[in-house]
Amino acid sequence: MSPASRESGVRDLRRNAPIFAALGDATRLKLLAKLSRGSRVSIARLTHGSALTRQAITKHLQVLQDAGLVRGVRRGRENLFELEPEPLDEARRALDRISKQWDVALARLKSFVEEQKPS
Amino acid sequence: MSPSSTDRIEKKIELKAPPARVWRALTDHREFGEWFRVKLEGPFVPGKSTRGRVTYPGYEHMAMEVAVQKMVPERLFSFTWHPYAVDPKMDYSKEPPTLVEFKLEKTPAGTVLVVTESGFDSIPAARRDEAFRMNSGGWTEQIKNIEAHVTSKP
Repeated sequence: MSPASRESGVRDLRRNAPIFAALGDATRLKLLAKLSRGSRVSIARLTHGSALTRQAITKHLQVLQDAGLVRGVRRGRENLFELEPEPLDEARRALDRISKQWDVALARLKSFVEEQKPS
Repeated sequence: MSPSSTDRIEKKIELKAPPARVWRALTDHREFGEWFRVKLEGPFVPGKSTRGRVTYPGYEHMAMEVAVQKMVPERLFSFTWHPYAVDPKMDYSKEPPTLVEFKLEKTPAGTVLVVTESGFDSIPAARRDEAFRMNSGGWTEQIKNIEAHVTSKP
């Protein structure tokens, strides 16, 4: 690996470090699970049924938000939270990549069947 | 099929070769391996699996396995596989596979081939991300290599 690509690998790790830290906590994972149903949820509802205080939940949501995993949306006096759609976008990019692999493979098939004339 | 835009990939390509020729290139495992860049151990047989090593430069450490579903001569060839099975140390057999279908249609100019791969929505999102990260950067380079190869040998 070249020094340049190693450096960019380290940069990637540093950039993603807040995500790993954010996910390494059971409370935050539970919050993500609640938000993963797709709708915007208030702090009050996220606190409901939890042993933690509203302040503690707010702190955890802040960590998740700093890591780019959730987004806070203000509605009136209330703060709602929703999941960031980025992971879905990433799934879409993965599909695009597979789509490109097919393009490349089929281009090879095309030259394979068109160049080899039956003798 | 599924209404989801993330569930399937569809490709259509016109080939200036008769269906019989295209059928052989798809279903003879050695011919398939030449253009798909894989060395398969055994032939394609409906209901059976065949596996092999990827021969694509830089990806030779990867294995691939396909489970053949249907073979209707010169019409339809289909198999299932695990599209993100990129780590040779991992067991992907418990994950849902995707279905790959090759449909052939005879035309005056040769053959129209429609390829679909479907079932992506059943694959855990975390695995998609993982596959994406493992490959990010690599494929852009590989595609450039192929373009260079193809244009230098028309």
